[in-house]
Amino acid sequence: MTRKQWLLSGCVAFTTLISTAAVAGPIENYSPVTQARLENPEPGNWMLYRRTYDGQGYSPLQQIHTQNVKSLMPVWTFSTGVIEGHEAPPIVNNGVMFVTTPMGQVIALDAKSGEEYWRYKRSLPEDLFQLHPTNRGVGLWQDKLYLATTDDHLVALDAKTGKVVWDTKVQDYKKGQYLTLMPLVVDGKVIVGGSGGEFGVRGYIAAYDANSGKELWRTFTIPGPGEPSHDTWTGDDWKTGGGSAWMTGNYDKDTKTIYWGVGNAAPWPGDAHPGDNLYTTSVLGLDPETGKIKAHFQYHQNDSWDWDEVEAPMLVDLQRDGRSVKSLIHPGRNAIFWILERKPDKISYVAGWPYVYTDVWKGIEPESGKPIVDPAHKPVVGKRVEFCPSLWGGKDWPSAAYSQKTKYVYVPAMENTCGGFSGEKVALVPGQLWLGTKPEDIGLTIRPGGKHIGELQAWDPATGKKVWSHTFPKSQLFGSVLATAGDLVFVGGTNDRYFRAFDAKGGELLWEQKTNSGIMGMPVSYEVDGTQYIAIQSGWGVDAQRIQDALATQNVGVENNVPQGGVVWVFAVKK
Amino acid sequence: MLCPNQTRRSLLLTTLAAGAFLAANRFAAAQEDQPGSSDRPKKGDLLVVSEGERAGDVIKPDDLKLGDPPLHAWPKDPETSVVRNGSRLNEILIIRLDLAELDEETRSRSAEGIVAYSAICTHAGCSVTGWLKSETGDKDVLKCFCHNSEFDPRERAEVVFGPAPRRLPALPLAIADGSLTITATFVGKVGAQQPG
Repeated sequence: MTRKQWLLSGCVAFTTLISTAAVAGPIENYSPVTQARLENPEPGNWMLYRRTYDGQGYSPLQQIHTQNVKSLMPVWTFSTGVIEGHEAPPIVNNGVMFVTTPMGQVIALDAKSGEEYWRYKRSLPEDLFQLHPTNRGVGLWQDKLYLATTDDHLVALDAKTGKVVWDTKVQDYKKGQYLTLMPLVVDGKVIVGGSGGEFGVRGYIAAYDANSGKELWRTFTIPGPGEPSHDTWTGDDWKTGGGSAWMTGNYDKDTKTIYWGVGNAAPWPGDAHPGDNLYTTSVLGLDPETGKIKAHFQYHQNDSWDWDEVEAPMLVDLQRDGRSVKSLIHPGRNAIFWILERKPDKISYVAGWPYVYTDVWKGIEPESGKPIVDPAHKPVVGKRVEFCPSLWGGKDWPSAAYSQKTKYVYVPAMENTCGGFSGEKVALVPGQLWLGTKPEDIGLTIRPGGKHIGELQAWDPATGKKVWSHTFPKSQLFGSVLATAGDLVFVGGTNDRYFRAFDAKGGELLWEQKTNSGIMGMPVSYEVDGTQYIAIQSGWGVDAQRIQDALATQNVGVENNVPQGGVVWVFAVKK
Repeated sequence: MLCPNQTRRSLLLTTLAAGAFLAANRFAAAQEDQPGSSDRPKKGDLLVVSEGERAGDVIKPDDLKLGDPPLHAWPKDPETSVVRNGSRLNEILIIRLDLAELDEETRSRSAEGIVAYSAICTHAGCSVTGWLKSETGDKDVLKCFCHNSEFDPRERAEVVFGPAPRRLPALPLAIADGSLTITATFVGKVGAQQPG
């Protein structure tokens, strides 16, 4: 056989394999996504960031439950071929799964078999500065998907083919503006919030027409001259004051209000931007039609700790103190577990308590809900200040979950951490980090006597009591939580690469699976052809890695060996 | 002023604080619209200070002292006088090292112990700004604070810690007419490498 003949034979064999094994290509019978479906999703689907507009992260599926979870087995896996932090929930619409990865990739998969339909790869600019190389998922509307990219574009893809339908520039990545969140889609509007609090941006939330990509409105999270609350800023600080809005909002369909979390003030030391600094470290209630701010609540004033409060609060109908409360529940990065009451034009304080150790707050003013700060632990320019918890907070962006069965809130907390930095006044250079301290000066330590770091907590928001907790002595807990009607709580988030299931009522560890990498993503549950699945992306990176690097220097027995590389894992109970 | 009891840490912070102040002027002289300002450095280019009061000054060997942190620089076309600061991919780190500590390949690209590397991290494209003791050894190394990657400039700027997949591209140097001169294009691809 000549070399040419051999090559031809090989090509024929390869072609045959392709034609019989692969399902790559357009998705047939794709189910269009409507407002009615988003407001009342089928139990077997996961089409929003937290499955439902209330942000609870709860699945009503119960085929997998406390009695059979020990038989949970991997049914397929899929390697994304990408390193860094895989933070996105696998989004599922009637048997089709969409996962996003760092570096702006979207992969469409058969949710039952794991076969790939198509893959979109964003061509990112060569000079892009990716402080947070990650992505948190695609939004869905009709037959399109919406991807927010780190080069600050919003891209609409054809859900069936992965082809670009439109591509709109949101802001200029060269000025430190970028996007990592999963867009929120409400009534044909694709809503995003910008990242860049570390670069001295002025944060914003903006809406785009789902069909055309045209910008419909943009609301800055820091009010300009003449707007309400502008007087909470001094001089020109408002122009560069941060307030990024880099996590997906939630939505109250009854009052037509979106609730969106707002990030830290910039730069970090509080005396570098005197004033309360609205609406940084706040939750905003906005009209999705116009972007008008209808209500707000600020979790703490004059942020000085890099405590982004970007995770949107969960909407929970709560029975508390003998009355029904349409609540907003938010375990804050500032260590306070918040219960607020939402009304159409107002957000009111109901209760708050520390859910991890903190030395920053002396208490909370009972009427206003303003925390009372201890100045000894508030960073300023010109000296080093220590504070607890660390700048990653009691809980960073990974989401808590609420079970409609147990009525508990499950928090992926970080306990016993402290931090500090030396504040300094630095001139802003567009596109360069602007922290108000040196990166190498940022501390992360374990509090003396602290016996653990990560802690999965179950709280009863009706009483304010901690019902149970599971502690991790040698690891942070940096992953979102899923609660299911099978009375299970799923979470990854630890540096030992495990994915775990707990009894939602009592906290007993019922199942665990070691995965390829560390899990910092969000577990989901879905159903195809009568089988319930649990899905998660395992892929360590970004801040989970940063914390890991810092812990490894603390001589507390934490090994810094968590391999990177993303894999989608899908599990079902062996029948 | 260097006080007798000043610790290495406080000295480092002081140095970096000054660097950060100076960084404010880094892009003050940007010439994005000039032809060639975004081109990668070429053989024969000079190097100019990229930040601070001396921004734009041609760098001479005596500007770099053994033990000092890296100097940030742009390439400059000597014929057109265009400074190639139209792309951050042209940011360069220059440092003088002990010639005896350089490996053979690094020494071959150096000029009197002065070496130059891309300032763009190969992991996620952040700017490499740190010069401090390594997580894994006693020597000072180049560090990217985005994701903690470290590079040893004595050994081809190989990765010694962190997620960066490959070394920083090197820029071969020589001394001509009393100034540092680039003798070849970057050795290696500049910037982060996109997967897939």
